[in-house]
Amino acid sequence: MILIALLQAPTAGSTRLGEPNPIAMGFFFAFIAVTLGITYWAARRTRTTEEFYAAGRTVSAGQNGFALAGDYMSAASFLGIAGLVSTTGFDGLIYSTGWLVGWPVVLFLIAEPLRNLGRYTFADVVAARLRQTPVRIAAALGTLATVLLYLIAQMVGAGGLIRLMFGIPYEQAVIVVGVAMLAYVLFGGMIATTWVQIVKAGLLLGGALLLAVMVLWRFEMNPAALFAAAAERYGDAVLAPGRLVSNPLDAISLGMALMFGTAGLPHILMRFYTVPDARAARKSVFYATGLIGFFYLMTFVLGFGAMVLVGPETIRGVDPGGNMAAPLLAEMLGGTPLLGFIAAVAFATILAVVAGLTLSGAAALSHDLWVNVVRHAHADAKEQLRVARVATILLGVGAILLGITFKGQNVAFMVSLAFAIAASANFPALVLSIFWRRCTTAGAVASMVIGTIVTLALIWFSPTIQVDVLGRSDAWFPLKNPALITIPLSFAVGIAVSLLSAERARDDTAILDRQMLLGSHPARE
Amino acid sequence: MPDSHDEVRALARARWRIAIVLTVIMIAVYFGFIALIAFDKPLLATRIAPGLTLGILLGVLVIVVSWLLTWVYVRWANAHYDARLEALRR
Repeated sequence: MILIALLQAPTAGSTRLGEPNPIAMGFFFAFIAVTLGITYWAARRTRTTEEFYAAGRTVSAGQNGFALAGDYMSAASFLGIAGLVSTTGFDGLIYSTGWLVGWPVVLFLIAEPLRNLGRYTFADVVAARLRQTPVRIAAALGTLATVLLYLIAQMVGAGGLIRLMFGIPYEQAVIVVGVAMLAYVLFGGMIATTWVQIVKAGLLLGGALLLAVMVLWRFEMNPAALFAAAAERYGDAVLAPGRLVSNPLDAISLGMALMFGTAGLPHILMRFYTVPDARAARKSVFYATGLIGFFYLMTFVLGFGAMVLVGPETIRGVDPGGNMAAPLLAEMLGGTPLLGFIAAVAFATILAVVAGLTLSGAAALSHDLWVNVVRHAHADAKEQLRVARVATILLGVGAILLGITFKGQNVAFMVSLAFAIAASANFPALVLSIFWRRCTTAGAVASMVIGTIVTLALIWFSPTIQVDVLGRSDAWFPLKNPALITIPLSFAVGIAVSLLSAERARDDTAILDRQMLLGSHPARE
Repeated sequence: MPDSHDEVRALARARWRIAIVLTVIMIAVYFGFIALIAFDKPLLATRIAPGLTLGILLGVLVIVVSWLLTWVYVRWANAHYDARLEALRR
């Protein structure tokens, strides 16, 4: 492979990608050391469930903005978008925009009521006006389906990425990620997880900015000059929509999953509980939207930089999926040291996302299922914390085992599947329960359960599984992503079942209305 | 606090109206962009400057519009909504 790269692109030189790289190792161990130091500091501040799940609600709006960005900017979006742009050009922009436009929706519809009505999980909000047990079980189903699919995608990606970049065997890489993540969450809870996200977001934004400036430096700091160079070498087609969107319905369906899925991701929603009040939650989304949009603009520049400076043939030669475009670009621009830095940043990125996912999955298992369903909210603080930690270990070990089980599988589709489930199982129930007073327990539960099951079923019958994974020639369901059908279906089921089922009016409606605006605590000012 | 309940509901409705309008604008902008990609690729391939196509410009504008809409909402909420919340608290 390296030989092919050498023959095809003499400018890129030989790549040291995939060889044990001492500089990458150095950066990586420095990151592990710093984050474990943070975890040690955080562990001494994590004594209550409020601290374990919600960092004691002391995270500032600015810090949470970075942490939200850290939770959201996965290696899949960093390496994947840069790779897609470097091999196809314009089409990567469809993902760059799709992954951002969900954030305004989170701000307008979800962030503030969520912060005011809930404590640790989004199920708190759905259950606020409804009967606890059925709602918690259904919400845990949607949460765990989202978290597990996202976790598998991240773990398998991590194993492959680390093998490609550091030359460590796949299983070892998965175990290293799993153990480090487990240490953060188990001992440091949300305080450690938040600071790991902040450090990671800073590194990722800094690394991407550095690369983007180094690329643009060669084009008089003018992105248009870079695009012109790409068009000159690879044809005008790279600056226009290509084959990614051939079926309009597919494009709209994917867009719906990305836009509304963001507002249903459990690990993102959980972050709003870490800030002191709704005003801070609101400001934190504003910061996060700025950071994430800026990041996706830079990945677009990096993709074109890799296309022009490294070349699509070389990139595909190292990894047919194009995922190594950004690391190859770093090596071309700054040699082995910069490659090492970017490789370590990509690794840190995965580690942080996995930690956030595990914590939100553990909250669903312990806070929703154990404390509120099994124990009917009668668990004391010590038991709650113990159960939360047991759930964390279960999920961490599960993530490692799933990562090893799915070795070598094509799991890229799982990220968009996780978004589809979040958009169809979690988002409609959340919106209905917040904004529609006639929403009943039966309606919310039906919406979440049917949203989850139909999404999973349609994905199974879609070309994504039938053609791409199982290798059949045809699929029964035509769309690659089911969101176009499942989001409206989930809303329709929630509304129809609510209208058909009667629920006794609660006597605390006025109190809940007030709490949704003002929060449960009196103003701190 | 039954006497202030009408005020709570009025304020909730005001926020709901703004939230819906901004959400609908965001949906229209993003799916408008996607629809152009799906139905009129040649239009997006139009050069508007050396190295810059209409498609790239519009894609970047989608991101800029997302920023602007969040900014509009946060400004409204910090200036007007919070003041009315503060009045309700008292």
